Amino acid sequence: MPGALEWNDSTFLREVERLSSAPVSACFQCHKCSTGCPIGAEMDLLPSQVMRLIHLGADREVLESQAIWLCASCEACTTRCPMGIDVAGVMDALRMMAVQRKVALPDARGEQFNRSFLRSVRRHGRVYELGMLTAYKLRSRHLFADVDKAPKMLARGKLSLLPRPSGSAGEVKEVFKRAGEQEDKR
Amino acid sequence: MKYAFFPGCSLESTAWDFDKSVRAVCGALDIELEEIPAWVCCGSTPAHASNASLAVALPVVSLLKARAMGHPVLTACASCYARLRTANHKILSDADQRQRTERIIGQPYDGRVEVLHLLDVLANRAGPDVIRAKVRQPLEGLRVACYYGCLLTRPPEIVAFDDPEHPSCMDDLLAAAGADPVKWPFKTECCGAGLAITNCDVVNRLSHRLLSMAARAGAECLAVACPLCQANLDMRQADARKAHGDIPDIPILYVTQLLGLALGLAPEDLGIEALMVSAGSLLARAGIGAGGATEGS
Repeated sequence: MPGALEWNDSTFLREVERLSSAPVSACFQCHKCSTGCPIGAEMDLLPSQVMRLIHLGADREVLESQAIWLCASCEACTTRCPMGIDVAGVMDALRMMAVQRKVALPDARGEQFNRSFLRSVRRHGRVYELGMLTAYKLRSRHLFADVDKAPKMLARGKLSLLPRPSGSAGEVKEVFKRAGEQEDKR
Repeated sequence: MKYAFFPGCSLESTAWDFDKSVRAVCGALDIELEEIPAWVCCGSTPAHASNASLAVALPVVSLLKARAMGHPVLTACASCYARLRTANHKILSDADQRQRTERIIGQPYDGRVEVLHLLDVLANRAGPDVIRAKVRQPLEGLRVACYYGCLLTRPPEIVAFDDPEHPSCMDDLLAAAGADPVKWPFKTECCGAGLAITNCDVVNRLSHRLLSMAARAGAECLAVACPLCQANLDMRQADARKAHGDIPDIPILYVTQLLGLALGLAPEDLGIEALMVSAGSLLARAGIGAGGATEGS
């Protein structure tokens, strides 16, 4: 594996540590994160394996994994890590790296959902659920998943037919623009 | 005490019943809520998974509006709560992050607008004794599993108003209201709500696991304080049953709906009718709400 265990700024490990501000190198493989992970059963790599592969510089294995998109951000791993590694924060950094490097995602639904959600927030300053869900369904082509829920939600007033924008929607557009610029410089 | 209220997007739509019951219960307990004008979405998981600068800047937009109001922020959504607290934490602990945020929002912010979750305020500022004194319709013998989920107690460096592994404040509040909170081991297990739209199969498994454990512990209903947990466990109950085996119908009530009933508020003022898994027969059997309130009025 080229780059494995090299200690300079260009290694995968250093890049993940910089982006997540988490001391990934401190992981000594106690597996506490994996033991408590609610999604472990569905993951192709367990969180502790992700940490180890980062040590080894195996960027493709990590960034192309399904695990980084299955993480539910429940923070159990972050709370329990004896070395103070924000494991859930590392998963966030890995998702961003995967998108930025245009990695072929094994399952793009997570990324498509995030994009649909944030577009809705950028436009309205708040999430407009019906619009966001429609956009996600078109993007992911999972058109019929959960459609049985919609009539029940509409009947109970739990889905609004029209967006209810925030009075600060204009300000939010600016924030998105500038946050994008700041993020590009990181 | 007066608070700057941050409802968040869910409380405007999928969780309007939470919004209604939060406002009703706070009203009954003299907790004054003034909504932050033109608040904006906290960004939730899609922001922190996509853009670290945005994930801090979005909450700060609303926090600055709250600062101008001069009150601490109160929010009822566990996800909003975690995002607002995390933004403050990052601003306080990471000078780079603070600089970047100030460049995005175009003004200084020191990360010091206090953010509280509704449960924290109910348990630690009002307290079980206040509830006990105001109970008009005790939830006599109602066996409830208090479910805290992930983001109310984790990570403890950021949220910390209860024990991260064994929280008890919701149990104490509902016990003060006369209910019988059951002991069960999954109080802080994740329900997977962040994956509810994208990975229903995972979420069905997690929901089934939680619901069947609650049933085994003898619970007749769950009490929650997060709109995402509620939507997930309530709406997916039928799917979870279909995929993983039979479990009894378990109504998923907001803690404020249960407290509201105990305080003598009418079910329609608490949005009880919006539940997918109806609590009607459970409450009627226990002589709470529908039965009690209509007879009384």
